[in-house]
Amino acid sequence: MQKLLLLGDEAIAQAAIDAGMSGVYAYPGTPSTEVTEYVRSSREAREKGIVATWCANEKTAAETALGMSYAGRRTMTCMKHVGLNVAADAFINSSITGANGGIIFLVADDPSMHSSQNEQDSRFYGKFAMIPILEPSNQQEAYNMVHYGFDLSEKFQIPVMIRITTRLAHSRAGVVRKSSHEQNKVGLPENLRQFVLLPAIARKQYKMLVDNQPAFLKESEESAFNTYLPGKDKSLGIIACGLAYNYLIENFPERDIPFPVVKVQQYPLPEKHIRRLYEECDSLLVLEDGYPIVEEMVKGFLNLGKPIKGRLDGTIPRTGELNPNIVGAGLGFEQEETLDVPSLVAARPPSLCKGCSHIDSFTALNEVLEIYGRGRVFSDIGCYTLSALPPYESINSCVDMGASITMAKGAADAGLVPAIAVIGDSTFTHSGMTGLLDAVNDKSNITVIILDNSTTGMTGGQPSSALGKIEDICKGIGVDEDHIRVLKPLRKHHEENVQIMKEEIEYNGVSVVIPRRECIQTLNKRMRDKFKEKAKAAGK
Amino acid sequence: MKIDIILAGVGGQGILSIAATIGLAAVEAGLYLKQAEVHGMSQRGGDVQSHLRLSDKEIASDLIPFGKADMIISVEPMEGLRYLPYLKKDGWLITNTKPFINISNYPDEEKLMAEIKALPNHIALDADSVATELGSVKAANMVVLGAASPFISIEFEKLENAIRTLFGRKGEELVTLNLNALNTGRKFSMEAQK
Ligand SMILES: Cc1ncc(C[n+]2csc(CCOP(=O)(O)OP(=O)(O)O)c2C)c(N)n1
Repeated sequence: MQKLLLLGDEAIAQAAIDAGMSGVYAYPGTPSTEVTEYVRSSREAREKGIVATWCANEKTAAETALGMSYAGRRTMTCMKHVGLNVAADAFINSSITGANGGIIFLVADDPSMHSSQNEQDSRFYGKFAMIPILEPSNQQEAYNMVHYGFDLSEKFQIPVMIRITTRLAHSRAGVVRKSSHEQNKVGLPENLRQFVLLPAIARKQYKMLVDNQPAFLKESEESAFNTYLPGKDKSLGIIACGLAYNYLIENFPERDIPFPVVKVQQYPLPEKHIRRLYEECDSLLVLEDGYPIVEEMVKGFLNLGKPIKGRLDGTIPRTGELNPNIVGAGLGFEQEETLDVPSLVAARPPSLCKGCSHIDSFTALNEVLEIYGRGRVFSDIGCYTLSALPPYESINSCVDMGASITMAKGAADAGLVPAIAVIGDSTFTHSGMTGLLDAVNDKSNITVIILDNSTTGMTGGQPSSALGKIEDICKGIGVDEDHIRVLKPLRKHHEENVQIMKEEIEYNGVSVVIPRRECIQTLNKRMRDKFKEKAKAAGK
Repeated sequence: MKIDIILAGVGGQGILSIAATIGLAAVEAGLYLKQAEVHGMSQRGGDVQSHLRLSDKEIASDLIPFGKADMIISVEPMEGLRYLPYLKKDGWLITNTKPFINISNYPDEEKLMAEIKALPNHIALDADSVATELGSVKAANMVVLGAASPFISIEFEKLENAIRTLFGRKGEELVTLNLNALNTGRKFSMEAQK
């Protein structure tokens, strides 16, 4: 079959298309974004009528997917690790309802925080929900696991998590496609109360989930994705999870690892293999990208058994992404000296694009802040978070999506004057609206600046659910119309913009300022496309 | 056969087009390939890098270990130096000399060049000027790839084919521009080694 050069994310998307998925629902988030992007731009997916939607947030996405599963069809919902926090209510409860059509939660973790606020490990969530987790070590396995994941989900009527990390999501390799699976027909769950989590039903459903645990374990122990690889040198046994296996192999160019290895790619942890390793070897080394979850499980709270090495005892650094050198050092291999980075090499942090509308907004805001002093701006997550860095240094918080408005309200309640929230248009409809409602209901003294660049900029310009709706949403929530002010962030309007911001900050109550100008990246792209269209038409 | 390459530059400078060109050529040559890219935050004008690994055997890690890269291909002079810990002691640095300055503490250019020249194996050329002369500064990345091509043991025609495939959709003009850029970079590099 045809070999494609695909990112891990794209391999997963292609697999879902081939495995008979009927819909993918997601909110963008690095490093998961390219899964949904791929399905959305796939002609094949369009021809098959596969739905591929950017939703308002991860919770709405997950619930929509669950609805599709209820109706008997295969579906996937994709998010970055912190997105699962937002979708957690749906996620945990979906393990109680169970599935009808196959449902996969594709969650992409970001160890080392290349583009994130933290490096939380989604395998904890999978364990918490007590569902099977799949963790591929390369693009081909990622492809294969989607097929297997849908089958597994339908076999046990349970959501399945596929956990990947940045390195796999954004690394390209050759992938061979399998034959494709037809989409399921619409079909109701056999038990029409399966999804009704009233306590009496939920108790039954939960018991079923608990009773199914041995079956999940058996599946995992028999799975081809979990393997015991024998080795002669029993002084050490190695547990290598997901990508960590590649880094292990990299340290043995002839692929002649002397130690027994358990390659873990499916959870619950295959007890049979781990027990055998423990019994055969003098000590164990656990290699896993993310938190030391497997290490903790194997070690146990009292740590009474044989030595277990990993992130907890310092054999491997406690934080950050693994790489071949970290694993090599963990194996006790001496690491060669390397060339140094010359001291003149300066850091080059990301920055706002030339011509970005946020620049004009923050230039105006900074001038206004001169009156009140710094330290009063609660912000959120998006390109505009870069205004925390020089030369702007405008904002004082970035916690989780939507927290700008609610934190400003809390600070205002505490007596901080003024309390200003800065939030992007996509973040506003993701999680800002409910906080604004709290502020309106309490008549809090806050000013909310909604930076409307009409796109989800930071993740590459996906359509924003807020497009064309922001004033109406604010009005509907109850913000006084006279205090919803739209301005155009351009240098030539600077004085006027400063004046408007000042007036609204002075106003005692909830006010909203909306600087509106299209993202320079999406604008340029639109212009390029238009130019191409024109050239094409003229060339005909 | 095994080549490990670090591609370096600033977000938006087009290192992924270099990666895609080599990648396509490698596929045509029947090689295994792994290529770790940077997407997300850093693409906003920050430093970006890509690990590109080619081999006739299966490749394990998506990341190149420190001290193992055969070459660094950089479209910006300071960015290439950032990844020196990845370079083999006798590896090559192939770099554009035209700085991309979007920070206030960019180092002194003469000192920067002295660091590059201090490396035993390096090719340094002003790819921006070369590309501008050929028609558009946008082809600077292909000039740099051309300069690196003598060190990449894939038939040169395969790189040319890859450019035809990648830019074909965007019109004949772009294909010609990028092919010229590739060839000019290659010629520079061959001369420099004489
Ligand atoms: C819960 C959660 N989901 C997704 C993300 C990833 N993410 C960070 S910023 C951003 C886009 C924000 O868009 P917008 O608010 O419109 O601001 P812009 O980047 O366009 O300025 C996304 C999707 C995240 N950090 N947290």
